[in-house]
Amino acid sequence: MTTRMESEIARVRGLGSAREGGHHWWMERMTSIALFLLFVWLGASLLRLGTLDYATVREWLADPWAAVPMLLLVYTTFLHLRDGLKVAIEDYVHDEGSRFFVLLLLNFSAIAGGTLAAFSILRCAFTAVGAGAGPA
Amino acid sequence: MSRNPDRPLSPHLSVYKWGPHMLVSILHRVTGGALATAGAAALVWWLAAAASGPEAYQTFSGWATSWIGIVIAVGLTWAFFQHLLSGLRHLVLDMGAGFELNTNKFWANMTLLGSAVLTAGLWALILWGKA
Repeated sequence: MTTRMESEIARVRGLGSAREGGHHWWMERMTSIALFLLFVWLGASLLRLGTLDYATVREWLADPWAAVPMLLLVYTTFLHLRDGLKVAIEDYVHDEGSRFFVLLLLNFSAIAGGTLAAFSILRCAFTAVGAGAGPA
Repeated sequence: MSRNPDRPLSPHLSVYKWGPHMLVSILHRVTGGALATAGAAALVWWLAAAASGPEAYQTFSGWATSWIGIVIAVGLTWAFFQHLLSGLRHLVLDMGAGFELNTNKFWANMTLLGSAVLTAGLWALILWGKA
């Protein structure tokens, strides 16, 4: 029998629940309900536009009533996909090192993707195009 | 061995019967994964292209309206509706309702039927609007 140079409490410390599961579960549900409303809005808006050519989309995003819900949609989408993919990764990636790396990649890409999308919306909202607009 | 067919058969190793609830369960994950990767990438590309200018937007819409783009778009809309309906089912299940065998099976099947109908309906609307 090998002698362990640690106390009983040191052996089990850190092996329990992270005590964050409830919040994660709750956030997944909250974001899903928000996304339901936001995607119904997006679907209805895009169908009402009829066409999605460049000028139409830019004019649409110049309206705060489109840009603000789009920002909310992008933010909530990336929160939700991060929560969802985190569970899938934790279920299937068993090696601790790989799991750390994949979760790191998930967080980096979710935040980068969300920021790029949000920046794009803001740029469309604050940069006018078409007739009467200043230099692009 | 005799068994009451009205009682649930618990999945035990290889002793279980495949049912619609299992299909819907794994599809929730598969469609979620597809939306989180391909769907999110398409959303970001669309917005970034609109912000970049007419040329970048032209490149995006060229891909989006090509046959491969449309196949991906139809797949993503189906994944979206399947994930949406399955998610609504999950919200009901989270409240502890809908676990009775026939009810559970019925709504599992309804998500599959609903996503197919909604996908077909949306694309009929899109293509009708174009014609």
